[in-house]
Amino acid sequence: MQLTPSSLALRIFVVIALLWLIIPVVIIVPMSFSSARFLAFPPPGWSLRWYESYLGDPAWMAATRTSLIIAVSSSLIATVIGTAAAYALNMSQSRWVRNLQVVLLLPLVVPIVITAVGIFLIYAQVSLIATMTGLILANVMLGMPYVITSVLVGLRKFDPTQEMVARSLGMNRWRAFFTVVLPQIRPSVITGTLFAFISALDETVVAIFISGGDNQTLTKRMFTALRDEIDPTIAAISTMLTAISFLMVILMALNSRKSR
Amino acid sequence: MSNASTPEERRERRMILLLLAPALIVVGLLLITPLVWMGWQSFRGPEGFTLAHYARFFTDTVYLSSFVQTFRIAFLVTIAAILIGYPIAYVAAKSQGIWPPIILGLVLLPFWTSVLVRAYAWLILLQRRGIVNTALTKAGVIDQPLILVNNEFGTVMATLHILLPFMVLPLYATMKKIPAELEMAGASLGGGGGLVFRSVFLPLSMPGVIAGSVLVFVLTLGFYITPELLGGGRTFLVSMLVSRNIEIYNEWGAASSISVVLLVMVFAIFRLASMIIPFERIMGTK
Repeated sequence: MQLTPSSLALRIFVVIALLWLIIPVVIIVPMSFSSARFLAFPPPGWSLRWYESYLGDPAWMAATRTSLIIAVSSSLIATVIGTAAAYALNMSQSRWVRNLQVVLLLPLVVPIVITAVGIFLIYAQVSLIATMTGLILANVMLGMPYVITSVLVGLRKFDPTQEMVARSLGMNRWRAFFTVVLPQIRPSVITGTLFAFISALDETVVAIFISGGDNQTLTKRMFTALRDEIDPTIAAISTMLTAISFLMVILMALNSRKSR
Repeated sequence: MSNASTPEERRERRMILLLLAPALIVVGLLLITPLVWMGWQSFRGPEGFTLAHYARFFTDTVYLSSFVQTFRIAFLVTIAAILIGYPIAYVAAKSQGIWPPIILGLVLLPFWTSVLVRAYAWLILLQRRGIVNTALTKAGVIDQPLILVNNEFGTVMATLHILLPFMVLPLYATMKKIPAELEMAGASLGGGGGLVFRSVFLPLSMPGVIAGSVLVFVLTLGFYITPELLGGGRTFLVSMLVSRNIEIYNEWGAASSISVVLLVMVFAIFRLASMIIPFERIMGTK
């Protein structure tokens, strides 16, 4: 683009828009190191007291553990189930099977409150409310579409003749998948896993309805705390959650570079 | 299913179903079953079949105003997302070197940050004695703190912030596919920058605008966290209507009928949009 007045104006606009996008994400970091109880900017002094109040509180620690267990296990299960489904969707020629893709992506389409109420309803019948199993299962469902979309994109870029060659040389589908297909679509599988992980870690609405008791997630506790008062401890937790997100973006960037 | 299929084809079909089964079971049990159940509940009263839950849409003004407010906010957020997202995607698609990954990275970082964290950040920024008000007061721009939060403004601001990446990403993907030669051709035929943009680039980028708008609009319709935390009771969206009916009144019939109506609207929007561009393209799998 040449630098005409209008393109300069465009760039200034974009810079402002990007600042607006990024400032709310980074503003939490200085707030979390503030020494003050009230939220002043810039903070009157620096301290680690909000991190101490987070790390020293058994309730926050229990919630963190719950959230991490849910995020790790549900993203791994979603990866296996979702990759299998994406592979089948890509393999099939039948229109009927391809339409199933719409069904499998439904969790992204249905408003999350409705999903949450529905899961609450079903779990109440089979007493899965406030259980680890129930929370993991719900997050498997919510994370699966990310794995399916990401793996489908990877499979479309993959040259299917390679798999045909492997099979004509006597490999069965199972072996051909693990030795020929999987190594090449690994970056998209990993992207899907990372997406599913972060979606489970950040999931709030379903957790508000179905988590509780000993199995309260971090986000549910944060939500409840925010409704009552703005405690700077939340800023410390938020900073850590954001750091995890940042790490994920870096992992993804490295991951997609490797695939090139 | 024709009878002419070979054993090989039949085995293939069985395997496809086997591979799809776990995913289908999860979605079937945790999503489709409850939706069907809610559909049934929405027509049931103490004496069997009833339309009472749907009649409330015409008698209870809270229902109507909640839907109207939800659609108004969804509309506002979508328009604002186009106006802000289009230039960002355009600059990212047109620049070279390190700029596209930097711009996209700046869009993606908030995308990856928890919705809850961002709602909290907006609370810190916009509240009565928040960062924005303090800065403006110190600079002498205002005497009284502005009321930026606990109203529709705060909700729209935070929702827009959270959903903007859903506009930028499909737009960027669409713009990247527009061949530069087409614009050069337009220019070589004597079109000025503005004319070429309006008659070549803008129409070709419309699929991206539609995909992004559908995602942003539909996601806003179901948003729960931001109106709950930033609306201060002044925004009462459909999602909150559903959750209040469960949490406070334990009214399953009412919550179900509201969910059914909202869901039908969401599906209708997707259906309409998929007449223009394929569903797979909206969801980014193609």
